[in-house]
Amino acid sequence: MNFYDTLFYFFAIITLVSAGIVVFSRNIIYSAFSLLFTFFGVAGIYVLLNADFIAVSQLLIYVGGILVLLLFGVMLTNKVVNVEMKTGTLQTFPASILVAVTAGALCAVFYVTDWKIVSSVADVPNTANILGEMFMTTYILPFEVISIVLLVALVGAALIARKETPIKN
Amino acid sequence: MSQDLLIRTAIAVLILPLLSFLALIFFGKRLSRGGDWLGTSILFVCLALSAVVMVQKLTVIEQAIVLSFRWIDFGAVPVLGSLQVYLGITIDNLSAIMLVVVCLVSSLVHLFSIGYMKGDIRYSRYFAYLGVFTFSMLVIVLTNNFFTMYVGWELVGLSSYLLIGHWYEKKSAADASKKAFVVNRVGDIGMFTGIMILYATFRTFGFAEIFGSMAAGQIPLGSEAWLTAAGILIFCGAIGKSAQFPLHVWLPDAMEGPTPVSALIHAATMVAAGVYLVARTFPMMTADALVVIAYIGAITAFISATIAIAQNDIKKVLAYSTISQLGYMIMGLGVGAYTAGFFHLVTHAMFKAGLFLGSGSVIHAMHHALHHQHDHTTDPQDIRNMGGLRGKMPITFLAFLVYTLAISGVPFTSGFLSKDSILAGTLAFGDLTGHWLIPIVGFFVAGLTAFYMFRLVILTFFGEHVEHHRYEHIHESPKVMTIPLIVFAILSFFIFYSFNPIDASEGWFTHAIERPVSVVPASVQAATNEVFEAAHHHAHMPAMVLSLLVAGTGILLAFATYQWKKISADAWAARFSGVYNFLLNKWYFDELYDAVVIGGTLAFTRFLRWFDNTIVDGIVNGTASWTKAVVFGYSDHAKEKRLSAAAFLFVGTIVSLLVAYWIGQWFWGRGEVTSAIVMALVSFALTLYFFWSGAGGFDRNVVDGLVNGVGYFSSFFGILFQKLQTGRVQTYIAFVIFGVMVLFYMFR
Amino acid sequence: MNITLTHFLIISAILFSLGIYGVITRRNAIMVLMGIELILNAANINFVAFARYGGMHMDGQAIAVFVIVLAAAEAAIALAIVLNIYQRFNTVNVDEVSSLKE
Repeated sequence: MNFYDTLFYFFAIITLVSAGIVVFSRNIIYSAFSLLFTFFGVAGIYVLLNADFIAVSQLLIYVGGILVLLLFGVMLTNKVVNVEMKTGTLQTFPASILVAVTAGALCAVFYVTDWKIVSSVADVPNTANILGEMFMTTYILPFEVISIVLLVALVGAALIARKETPIKN
Repeated sequence: MSQDLLIRTAIAVLILPLLSFLALIFFGKRLSRGGDWLGTSILFVCLALSAVVMVQKLTVIEQAIVLSFRWIDFGAVPVLGSLQVYLGITIDNLSAIMLVVVCLVSSLVHLFSIGYMKGDIRYSRYFAYLGVFTFSMLVIVLTNNFFTMYVGWELVGLSSYLLIGHWYEKKSAADASKKAFVVNRVGDIGMFTGIMILYATFRTFGFAEIFGSMAAGQIPLGSEAWLTAAGILIFCGAIGKSAQFPLHVWLPDAMEGPTPVSALIHAATMVAAGVYLVARTFPMMTADALVVIAYIGAITAFISATIAIAQNDIKKVLAYSTISQLGYMIMGLGVGAYTAGFFHLVTHAMFKAGLFLGSGSVIHAMHHALHHQHDHTTDPQDIRNMGGLRGKMPITFLAFLVYTLAISGVPFTSGFLSKDSILAGTLAFGDLTGHWLIPIVGFFVAGLTAFYMFRLVILTFFGEHVEHHRYEHIHESPKVMTIPLIVFAILSFFIFYSFNPIDASEGWFTHAIERPVSVVPASVQAATNEVFEAAHHHAHMPAMVLSLLVAGTGILLAFATYQWKKISADAWAARFSGVYNFLLNKWYFDELYDAVVIGGTLAFTRFLRWFDNTIVDGIVNGTASWTKAVVFGYSDHAKEKRLSAAAFLFVGTIVSLLVAYWIGQWFWGRGEVTSAIVMALVSFALTLYFFWSGAGGFDRNVVDGLVNGVGYFSSFFGILFQKLQTGRVQTYIAFVIFGVMVLFYMFR
Repeated sequence: MNITLTHFLIISAILFSLGIYGVITRRNAIMVLMGIELILNAANINFVAFARYGGMHMDGQAIAVFVIVLAAAEAAIALAIVLNIYQRFNTVNVDEVSSLKE
């Protein structure tokens, strides 16, 4: 087992175990914090896949942005001091079966399929450079559109979340 | 101006109203004065651009200009083969003229609405809907294929729904908008089926492509009957939108919308769409389909003209006159007077828009006067409450008079030219085919039209006002409302369509709109263009004399009855009270539909219940008693019951063995041992069952069980599926995942 | 055994299933959101893995960036909605917020 493999299994275990805690934990604070480790593990997997820029973005955006946002959401909508942090579940049993079947089917498909392996990004030293060029050339339209989407989403979020004020007529 | 630039201009005309809609619906409340200036000015820009398009198309460019692009390519679809959908716009003389008509009426209606809708609670939304209404109609006008035509068709339906229900707090308005929507759906189903018949054969939606293949000899499903059926089905769409005979009931109710909307619906957008559709698809109509179209048109014209005589609401009279005039247009197209039918659509658009805006002006004035008096019980739309408005509202009166002259077919008006041309067409049709009923109805309705329109004018504007005090508070409408009236009045004169006041055939319009060559096989074609033109020309003079005669009679009768009071209308109504009530209640169409459709559904459910209780159960029980009677007579002893059990056991065992063997084969292939075991088990179980229960038990449990089981089965699944609809998003996600898994399994 | 594409794909499959489980079983809207984030991460791993092994070149990574951006937008909007719901209903349990349901 070489170093690469060891790292892979390390990150894979971190990701999956913490994801399991996210999903199965009854305490929402535990969930939110173990989500941090999931994001971290996924970032590590990105690094192993030669996607350094994505990995950094993952850490910055998910851990720095989305997770903090989620934590704020948790804090603002739950009674922290009480024991109310527990969250209810529903339909656990059918859901388990369904999800087990899904996971099994997906894994089986991934395992059975004879992938045509073309190692393409392996020898690229720095992906940020190439990505930057792609955003300004091939993907210029999606890039601009998604910028606008983000802007609109942020404005909309601010609009929705603020306190209701009586509408002036 | 190049063709390319022309297409771009047309696209701009198409898109601008949509922009107006978007701007007003989102920012209307922020704009000053609700953004009415924005919508109105955009429409006037449209009008200018469309006028440019029309002039260019009519004077410079000979051929139709088409811009087409592939919208979706599904590739090779299983069963269907290659599936591609092309969209596009076409500019020929028909669409170019229609473009100007729509933009003109819409822009003036916008202008008028500024005055009429002043102070409305949903002012800017009203203007936004006007924009989307115009846009939808322009889609229909400019499209070069059935696909976009249908899209535009539904858009028109939607926007009319929004506008008719503009004052949705009023229950009658909300009901009317629903009625319009639903009744239109009925026609749309026919149109959709017709389009699908065409698509199944030609694999394209384009008009030009379909007509091209048809001219080359290909007809739908290889049969001329299907071609006729497709033509009539597509015409069903026109029946719905243009309010033709069986489906005309929505249009009078649509009066619940604001009056300028009525003007828009009745003149340029909604109802014109049906006539436009028939004009567009005219080449593919067979002789039989055209006869159907002509008769539908004639029946519509007659029914609604008779109803219009007895109505007292100013807008209702106008509504029925619209239906009647639409019947004229459809009839004109049906008899083959293509140019005349479309010509009447254009001229009618002008004076009917004017009539509605004029009535809007009157209602506006009445409403204000009543409001001033704090009178909320008098109906401002009832002509019996009016009279003598001539002195107070001179501009409205003069304009209204011009429109009335035009719609009655008095010489020197545009209506005279077009109506005369249609009537000549019907005469020619009668001459060529022997369907003389159509010209007779045509001339009779022309007389009726003159009569009820002058009745309206006399009761509204002449004589004395019914109440002196109210009369003092009636004022002429503001300039934004009178200017459109004046414009429409000017456009109701002959000079804009033909320099010859008694013959349209020398005007530019007749040269621009020529009857297209029919593409249907010669055996089912109507009279060709040359033959019809000759007959039409021949019939021109008698038609003109006759129409002058009937119009004059109608006008004279109206004056004699309502102005000079030589004939007492009330006495006549009393004498023929049956007929009068029949007309007053609109031939009882609403009541008829109520009884047939709603009552019919109820009766059908009752019938089904009876069928289930009597026939199905009867067969089941009858079989049992019949078998018993045959085998054992009617005796009822215990021993015989056992015997009957034995008989059933015998038959049942054989059947069950066969079934079991078959099931075994099906499940386990050729596993004969397993089949034998299953067989043995099943027959053993059956034997036991029969031994214990006897034949009566079989009947009770199995046969009745099967019958009732179907019922229980459906109610079980009903309850089960009700449980599935939890309304919780997560349940639905689970179903989606489940569906994905099924797909996984299928495509593994 | 060398690490191949399949390993990454199986990681993403399990992560995806866990996310689905979270979305389906949790009543708390924020927990549902966390499940969605897990699903998005699983999808992203697939994109990046195919970019590395599947001959998608850099396209896969570019799309992964778009997914991250959309996830951020989605989280912002969703949390705003959750806060609004909390203000109005005083609960964030999705099965209790049903006044629009008849």
